[in-house]
This record gives sequence, C-alpha cells and structure tokens, in this order.
Amino acid sequence: MSKLGLITKGFIKENPTFVLVLGMCPTLATTTSAVNGLEMGLATMFVLILSNIVISLVAPIVPDKVHIPVYIVIIATFVTVLQLLMQAFVPEVYKTLGLFIPLIVVNCIVLGRAEAFANKNTVLDSALDGIGIGIGFTLSLTVIGIIREILGSGSVFGAKFIPGDGVLAFVMAPGAFLVLGYLMVLFNKFAKK
Amino acid sequence: MSEFFLIIISAIFVNNIVLAQFLGICPFLGVSNKLSTATGMSGAVCFVITLATVVTYLVNQYLLVPFKLEFLQTIAFILVIAALVQLVEIVLKKISPSLYQALGIFLPLITTNCAVLGVAITVVTKQFTFSGGEPHLFNLGEATIYAFATSLGYALAMVLFAGIREHLALNNVPKSFKGLPIALITVSIMAMAFLGFSGMVK
Repeated sequence: MSKLGLITKGFIKENPTFVLVLGMCPTLATTTSAVNGLEMGLATMFVLILSNIVISLVAPIVPDKVHIPVYIVIIATFVTVLQLLMQAFVPEVYKTLGLFIPLIVVNCIVLGRAEAFANKNTVLDSALDGIGIGIGFTLSLTVIGIIREILGSGSVFGAKFIPGDGVLAFVMAPGAFLVLGYLMVLFNKFAKK
Repeated sequence: MSEFFLIIISAIFVNNIVLAQFLGICPFLGVSNKLSTATGMSGAVCFVITLATVVTYLVNQYLLVPFKLEFLQTIAFILVIAALVQLVEIVLKKISPSLYQALGIFLPLITTNCAVLGVAITVVTKQFTFSGGEPHLFNLGEATIYAFATSLGYALAMVLFAGIREHLALNNVPKSFKGLPIALITVSIMAMAFLGFSGMVK
C-alpha cells in the first residue's frame, strides 16, 4: 500500500466510526457541538499517533504473553502526558471534555490499531496509520458535532445562523444516538460499496 | 438514609450510565443480540464495577493522595482494574466453576469497558450534591452504593435493550438500516424515555 494510501484509508474505507464502529463512547458523548467534536478527535489523534510509534518500536522485544498490559501502560502514559499538557495550556477545553480525556486509555480505536497494525509494521507506516485513522475519527466527530449543533442550537462552530432555540433533544443523549444512527444509514447507502 | 436512596435512584434512572452518560457503549451494542448473553455480561459488569470502584477508591485515598501522585490516577487505575479482572477470573475458576462458566468469556472484555474506569474516576474526582447539601466528594460507603447502583442501571439498560433487539431481529427493516443503525435509533428512543426521569432528583 502506498504511503498516501495509508493515510487516506482512514477517511472512508476504514473510517473508525462508521465502518470499524470503534470508540463509540466519546463519539456520542463529546459531539454536542462541532468544536467539542473536533477537540476530542484531535486529542485522540495525539495519543493514537504517539502510541502507534512507540508500540511499533517495542513490539519485537515484548513477549507475546504480556503484550496487552504493556500496550495499555504505553497508551496510559501518553494519555497522562496529554492530560498534563491540556491542563497547562487549554484548561477550558480540558474542563468541557472532562472524563473523556482519561477514558482515551480504554478507547478501542487506540488499542485496536496497536493490535491490528502497529505491532507488525514499521515505525513510519504506523505513524502514518495513526495520522490517517486519527483524521478519520476527527472528521466523523466533527461532522456529527456540526449536525447536532445545527439541529440543537442553530449554529455552526458557535456562529448562530438560525434564530431562536433549537431542538434541545439533539444536544442531549437521544439526539446523539439518533444522529449517529442516521449517519450510519447514509454511510451504508452511499459510501460502503 | 435518604441520601443513599437518592444516590440509587439517580444512578439507575436519572443519570443512567449508558443512556445519559454514554459509558460502556461498545459492549452495550456488541453483546446485546441475545437476552442470555446480555444477562451474563450485566452480571459480570455489576460485579467488576463495584469491586473495582472500592479498590481504586482505597488506592487513591491511601496511596496516591498522601504521596501527591494524583496525576498518576489514569495509569494506576487501569492497572488496578486489569489486575483485578485477572484476579477475579482466577478466583472464580477455583471457587465457583459454574459462575465462571456463566461469566467466563465476558470477564476479559471488561478491562476495556470504559464504564469501569469511568465510574472509578468519577467517584474520586466529581463532587456530588444530594438533598440540597454542600457539594462534596463521596466517602467510601457512598462510593460503593453509587458504583453498585450505576452498574444496576447498566444491567437494566442492557437487558431491556437485548429484549427489544431480539424482537427487532425478526422484523423486516430496510437494507441500509440493518444491524447497528436501527439499533442506535432504538437506543435513541430508549434514551428519550429515560429523559422523562430527569428532574426527579436534583
């Protein structure tokens, strides 16, 4: 597979949200607005790229029996780094995303890519895979965020263009499941060929 | 006493872990195809969430806080949970082989269930207020009750949803809706029903 192909496959063909259906919790919980979705996607991408790189480096020397605990510790280390960085530089964002930043540790996308890709590929390829899947995840979260923000509060990225209150349900829990469900229907219909 | 009651009602219905807090969605969607597997998974989750919350609470209180190591919470908790799940597996195998048989395949999956880590982190970081008192961190008793009630909420959502899905599988839905999409739309309607509980407990 070409280097460019490694990145672009995460957008549609192996989209983590709509095709692989991984990492549902942050996808549903943090997409109350476009900005929140985007930030959550970027935070996950940070951990994904770094853990992919390190795991591809250590994979040959880790005994098979303990590889899952080792990977989890590596991922947890980068999540802690991310937590400290976010608390220092963007405390507001850290507050809004809250619990879901430490929960990146148990996001199946990160461990899934480590198991399915990083432990048997080169460092460069693993980094590119992390970037590709990370962008795919960020894209889907942002799209869900945009749709929920338009329906829920009549604005996009905070810029209000529909006067009045939106449909509150779309900002709350039911809207998250509904928007994701219908987006998956559209994805099945048009993209999954 | 009334505070315990409020914690239980709030954790099961008002702030249901799946339908309002979006935790543990992957296993919720993954193993809810059959009522029997859903019941097995719920049992395992109840057990592990309650146990893990008590242990991580103590680890946090007596190990991380005195040594000012709170920033290691994420790493420490996930390790404790992973070790605990392994331990539960070994102990169950010896003590109660029948229960082990029933929960067996679900136990290893629970380590990566974000509901477990989510509840463990929530009880040591979030300040709660019930019955109009000052917001405060949970003490051990409240934390245990909260964890158990939350896992009951998980079981309730899981079993209800599995029941609906068994019927759903027999229905003729459009091709693009098959599988997960129709399941997600069903969860959305369930979440809407659970919204009716909001406001019951402040």
